Amino acid sequence: MILEVKNLNVEFTTDDGIVHAVNNVSYKVERGKTLAIVGESGSGKSVSSLAVMGLVTGSNSKITGEVFFNGRELVGADPEEVRKLRGDEMAMIFQDPLSALHPYYTIGDQLAEAVQVHHNVKEAEARSRAAEMLTKVGIPSVEQRMDEYPHQLSGGMRQRVMIAMALINGPELLIADEPTTALDVTVQAQILDLLRELQKEFGTAIVLITHDLGVVADLADEVLVMYGGSAVEHAPVREIFYEPQMPYTWGLLASIPQISAKKAQLDPIPGSPPSLLNMPKGCVFAPRCTFKDQVPGDACANEFPDLLAVSKDHEARCHLTESQRTAIRTERKIGRV
Amino acid sequence: MFPYIVRRVFVMAFMLTILSIITFLLFNAVPTDPAMLTCGKTCTPDIVAANRIRLGLDQPLYVQYAEWIKGIFVGRTYGSGSATFECSTPCLGYSFRNGEEVTTMIVDALPVTLYLALGAFILWMLIGISAGIVAAKNHGKWQDRTIMGVSLIGYSLPVFFVGLLLLVFVVVRWNLLPYPDYESPFDDPVAFFQTMLLPWITLAILYAAYYARLTRSQMLETMGEDYIRTARAKGLSERVVFRKHAFRAGLTPIVTSAGLDLAGLLGGAVITEYIFSLPGLGRLAIGAVTEYDLPTITATVLVAAVFVIVSNLVVDILYAAIDPRVRLT
Ligand SMILES: Nc1ncnc2c1ncn2[C@@H]1O[C@H](COP(=O)(O)OP(=O)(O)OP(=O)(O)O)[C@@H](O)[C@H]1O
Ligand code: SF4
Ligand SMILES: [Mg+2]
Repeated sequence: MILEVKNLNVEFTTDDGIVHAVNNVSYKVERGKTLAIVGESGSGKSVSSLAVMGLVTGSNSKITGEVFFNGRELVGADPEEVRKLRGDEMAMIFQDPLSALHPYYTIGDQLAEAVQVHHNVKEAEARSRAAEMLTKVGIPSVEQRMDEYPHQLSGGMRQRVMIAMALINGPELLIADEPTTALDVTVQAQILDLLRELQKEFGTAIVLITHDLGVVADLADEVLVMYGGSAVEHAPVREIFYEPQMPYTWGLLASIPQISAKKAQLDPIPGSPPSLLNMPKGCVFAPRCTFKDQVPGDACANEFPDLLAVSKDHEARCHLTESQRTAIRTERKIGRV
Repeated sequence: MFPYIVRRVFVMAFMLTILSIITFLLFNAVPTDPAMLTCGKTCTPDIVAANRIRLGLDQPLYVQYAEWIKGIFVGRTYGSGSATFECSTPCLGYSFRNGEEVTTMIVDALPVTLYLALGAFILWMLIGISAGIVAAKNHGKWQDRTIMGVSLIGYSLPVFFVGLLLLVFVVVRWNLLPYPDYESPFDDPVAFFQTMLLPWITLAILYAAYYARLTRSQMLETMGEDYIRTARAKGLSERVVFRKHAFRAGLTPIVTSAGLDLAGLLGGAVITEYIFSLPGLGRLAIGAVTEYDLPTITATVLVAAVFVIVSNLVVDILYAAIDPRVRLT
């Protein structure tokens, strides 16, 4: 097991109160596998991953829980130890490669720097590794590109550079935070293909953050659905598409164009995500859930459902009974029924 | 980079031309007869008329402008016949009030202002930028709050107040320094430093306060940029992240400000020069204004403006050296 996250909580103290950005999130990622974290904007996807990388450091933040990287506990570990892992054994790429690359340094300098932080090698050696890696991610005329600045490259090329920089030291874990969101549709597919190939070649475990279930279907082995800072469903990718168990996941599935065109039975989720400042005491999704009336008593409004096993490897958080879920899914043609 | 500089130099030349025209028109917009100002108490209409011709003031404006510009580049001869006199290159005019060539007056005053501005500049950049960095690194902690508090006070104190305060206490009350009496650093370095110390501090207090705040806000802003997060994700230490990735990016607006502030001071730090009796450009300009010495006023305005334009060019070049996005577009 490369990464094991257990009951991760991240809080931020702000002027308005405490923001509960991540609540009790747990997941595991194995070597060479991909876990997709999906959810709307503000559901805590980025913060939970940054916390894993040790990049949530503000004095207003508080992290509790456990993060095991190769069996090593990172929460509460010496920051210097975690720093040495970053960029070497675990790496991260971000949504907008233009702002994520330094505008004042050349591509070659930025990649060589990534090598030299972790390896005691000469500049020339670092640069030749950089060139090699850039070739591998499909950058044409590498020698020339090395001396160019990020603003001289196209969006897709920049993201390739980011990927090269992240993978240059052969990390075991890559966290990709919406790596294709800022790119054109055709370029998106190329970047995803590239990630898949490189994963195969290096056996990298990937945590892929996205709000696009199309990307999930493409790349993921396992899916963690997050809502309002909590994990609301966690299952192998097939099950998420074929046997989704949680009304929020149903809503997400409905928002994929191809699927909703065929069976337009469920509207994309109306309403907006919850404020992480004052969490409702019931189900986080209750204010937007159209099925809460089917749960007896006011359970949805009063009690946050546990993340319970639906089947082996599949957990969901919802008060609806299994037969109710099956009935709803049959009626609305959600998943494979 | 080279085409960029060439372009900037052309822009600068253009601006200088426009500027010289404006300054010249300013000279002529004053609602007095310049010729009237050229003679003292024993003035007769004949002398005024003679002087008008001698100075070329009877010519149309564009001829006068051409003469003036010509004077700057190749010198100029006033009058004709036996009553001529030479004004050597660069001729900025002749001050009848002082019976001196304006250029001589400027050349005497310029070094004083130069030393004043440069000394203060070095002092405030060192203090301001370091304080700003310390504050940013300790954002929200006591160091930050102290520096911000002190700089707020420094920033809100007027220059004349700080200057007078220093003069009254350090010189008059405590006798720590002699009365300011400007000497060239080449003639008497000790006297020079004794005179310049307080003016430097006076100016530096105001500007250091401003630069501390500017540096702090710049650093805090850049530390929040995505590429800083990337730098950390690469495993770089906080020190490298700060020095190599954040500082350079935060530097650009500081360079801009610094160039313009320095240029502003080079045109004459009037109040400071007055308080500490420094015979610099600022005092020359104010003296010229009170005495209605038009050629001198025009020249000081021109010199100050040239400083601003040239420093703009320097800033543009530095900008391009720091930020490749500027030089490569
Ligand atoms: N430093 C911080 N201080 C206070 N609140 C924060 C901080 N960082 C993140 N948050 C809050 O935590 C919540 C989760 O943010 P996060 O960036 O993880 O969302 P996300 O799921 O990645 O969304 P997106 O799809 O928009 O990237 C947001 O409400 C955000 O405002
Ligand atoms: S627990 Fe209730 S509110 Fe929450 S998703 Fe299930 S039905 Fe909806
Ligand atoms: Mg995010």
